[in-house]
Amino acid sequence: MSIFSALLAGLIFGLGLIVSGMANPAKVLDFLDLAGRWDPSLALVMAGAVGVAFPAFRLAARRQRSLLGTPMHLPTARGIDRRLVTGSLLFGAGWGLAGFCPAPALVALGMAEAKALVFVLAMVAGMGIFNLLEARP
Amino acid sequence: MAIDWMHFTPWSALAGGALIGVAAGVFALFNGRIAGISGILGGLLRPAMGDAGWRAAFLLGLVAAPWVYGLVATMPVLQIDAGFAGLVAAGLLVGIGTRYGAGCTSGHGVCGIARLSPRSMVATLCFMGTGFLTVFVLRHLLGS
Repeated sequence: MSIFSALLAGLIFGLGLIVSGMANPAKVLDFLDLAGRWDPSLALVMAGAVGVAFPAFRLAARRQRSLLGTPMHLPTARGIDRRLVTGSLLFGAGWGLAGFCPAPALVALGMAEAKALVFVLAMVAGMGIFNLLEARP
Repeated sequence: MAIDWMHFTPWSALAGGALIGVAAGVFALFNGRIAGISGILGGLLRPAMGDAGWRAAFLLGLVAAPWVYGLVATMPVLQIDAGFAGLVAAGLLVGIGTRYGAGCTSGHGVCGIARLSPRSMVATLCFMGTGFLTVFVLRHLLGS
């Protein structure tokens, strides 16, 4: 059941990205281009998503177990440290470079976009490099 | 700053955003997890026991979304302007950065802010900041 709900959540998430236009890197870059002709759409995507997710997370935070009976794995980390800031700054630079963040890139991959494949392979390689750096003594 | 009214799509943005919120909510309530795509994908590279199935299922749903969307509507055309080198550099930065920063636009930006997590709010300000800066440099200083 939890596999099925994960599949469904991924599917709805992807449909949301397509409906909102955020699967398209050009539209994302038009949001990030404050000094140009600015397309504020992405801000409304965030607002819509946060507005709907907020009550769900309020409910989830009060539960010991998920509705399917599995353990809750909501984040417990609280610290704002150098890793969080450095990693996020690096991620933003990559996001601005191509207009892809992880979810839209995977949706674009499903649309058989060759450029999305290049991005996703590089992204997975980057995650592999992170794992290697982490594994170093 | 001038708003691009021609391309501003408030209603589809809100509707699509609401769907993303539904997905994140379903995932939190039914699976007890954060719909953070970089974390779900990154965890698949070194899966713990019994941990790979739901990760693969979520990502499959994401990749399959265009096929399902295509059954009821015409798929929008994507515009990807970055060249090969740009895509590789961007992918590496996104891959390393999201793992170091423990999240991306979905995990920190949507789920974290919806949980009122200060940590995620800081992360979101950071990646938005360098996102704005990178596009400013590329489009307005380098003129690409």
